[in-house]
Amino acid sequence: MNALPEGLTTEQIAELIDLVKRVHGFDFSDYTKASLKRRITRIMMIKKIGFYDLKHLLVNNQSFFQEFLEEITVNVTEMFRDPGFYKALSRLVLPYLSTYQQIKIWSAGCSSGEELYSLAILLHEARLKERAFIYGTDINTVVLKEARKGIYSFRNIKNYAENYALSGLRGSLTDHFTTMYDAAAIHNELKTNTLFTVHNLISDTAFNEFQLICCRNVFIYFETPLQEKILNLFYDSLCPYGFLCLGSKETIRSDLFKMKFKVIDQKENIYQKIGF
Amino acid sequence: MDFDENISCRWHNSDVLLLGGSAGSFNLIFRVVKILPADLNKIVIIIIHRRKNFLSEIERMFAKNSSMPLKEVSDKDKINKNTIYIAPANYHTLIEKEGYFGLDVSEAVWFSKPSIDVTFDSAADVYGERCTAILFSGANQDGAQGMLKLKNAGSLTIVQDPSEAEMPEMPGAAININAVDCVLRTDEIFELLKTSLR
Repeated sequence: MNALPEGLTTEQIAELIDLVKRVHGFDFSDYTKASLKRRITRIMMIKKIGFYDLKHLLVNNQSFFQEFLEEITVNVTEMFRDPGFYKALSRLVLPYLSTYQQIKIWSAGCSSGEELYSLAILLHEARLKERAFIYGTDINTVVLKEARKGIYSFRNIKNYAENYALSGLRGSLTDHFTTMYDAAAIHNELKTNTLFTVHNLISDTAFNEFQLICCRNVFIYFETPLQEKILNLFYDSLCPYGFLCLGSKETIRSDLFKMKFKVIDQKENIYQKIGF
Repeated sequence: MDFDENISCRWHNSDVLLLGGSAGSFNLIFRVVKILPADLNKIVIIIIHRRKNFLSEIERMFAKNSSMPLKEVSDKDKINKNTIYIAPANYHTLIEKEGYFGLDVSEAVWFSKPSIDVTFDSAADVYGERCTAILFSGANQDGAQGMLKLKNAGSLTIVQDPSEAEMPEMPGAAININAVDCVLRTDEIFELLKTSLR
């Protein structure tokens, strides 16, 4: 086992953040530092490069920056992660959504699409899918390409199937997929009325009005002031009484936003927009 | 029991107690939780490998039997002394310099999420020499690298004697890479932790 490279200093991380911001226009300054340091250290280990090589590549090699971006932003995701969340969504939110002619949903920080397709399956099973349009956004174009394909390795599907079985839905996850050799493709009917597009939560603005926004396990990478800035973006992007779902360990702590969002499910962190 | 005075002294002076373990460690960590007094004046962080989607009774059982308040870590929780924190399943638990926890859903380390390495590594960054870390029984080598980093930072590192551990791999891996200040039997570990009571 290789020894870990010499730890990056706080100053070196600040230097990299500044460099990426100036050269590529991506602002990581309000990302949580411990996690950022882990990601950067990981890239340096994978590439077997030191701090100065990293800086050099970041400035001079555009394709390296794409790789860097992919590694920096965590793209580990699961279908039906936290089955209890999907149960709560079915019970507490879908009855409300069913009163709308057209249901607009935003999966923010959608990565390779697992969460968006989980929502699509949930809506399909509740017979709401035909009336729904789901947007998936991420800052990373590579994962968006994967998301549009909707093809996942069979090994992952087996892991997701365990979540599905606990989520209270009938049948099994594979009912929604066509399997081919070692991969599984999500059914085309579940891909209709979905759109994957680039959106940067940090620098872009509201682009539509939604009844439901899911942004799970994205806030954990942001420092509190940035979380609040994005909460404001979500507030502006929700219709009156629209729903916001955060990850099961992500809570709204700001007093201002506690007044603007009502807690619908404490454990699963489902909120409803109020106080407009 | 007589400990090297240096060891007791370093335990006394540390601000953070880190407890890591996997298969075969649960009952031992439970016993540690039971004996720690409410006024320990240290931060206690526990990382136990466990399965996601398995609604474990760990928090409830631990909370019922500990003198200190006990909390499963949530994103951006402020870190306080005289509180026991447990790393949640299916996340890595990190420590931020500003004194709060961060969570991370990235790749499992040694097939584990939470990974002991990740938390130990982050604790070494933030707390330096101010920790006492104890690694118990476990069937893989998670924790060893993190423990080495803690030791190099000047923290006190202890493992359960592999010869009496249900699963010797985890403490053994830390010993193999020279990450360990002292190897103790479980009764010695409890004795050492109790010395804070005097």
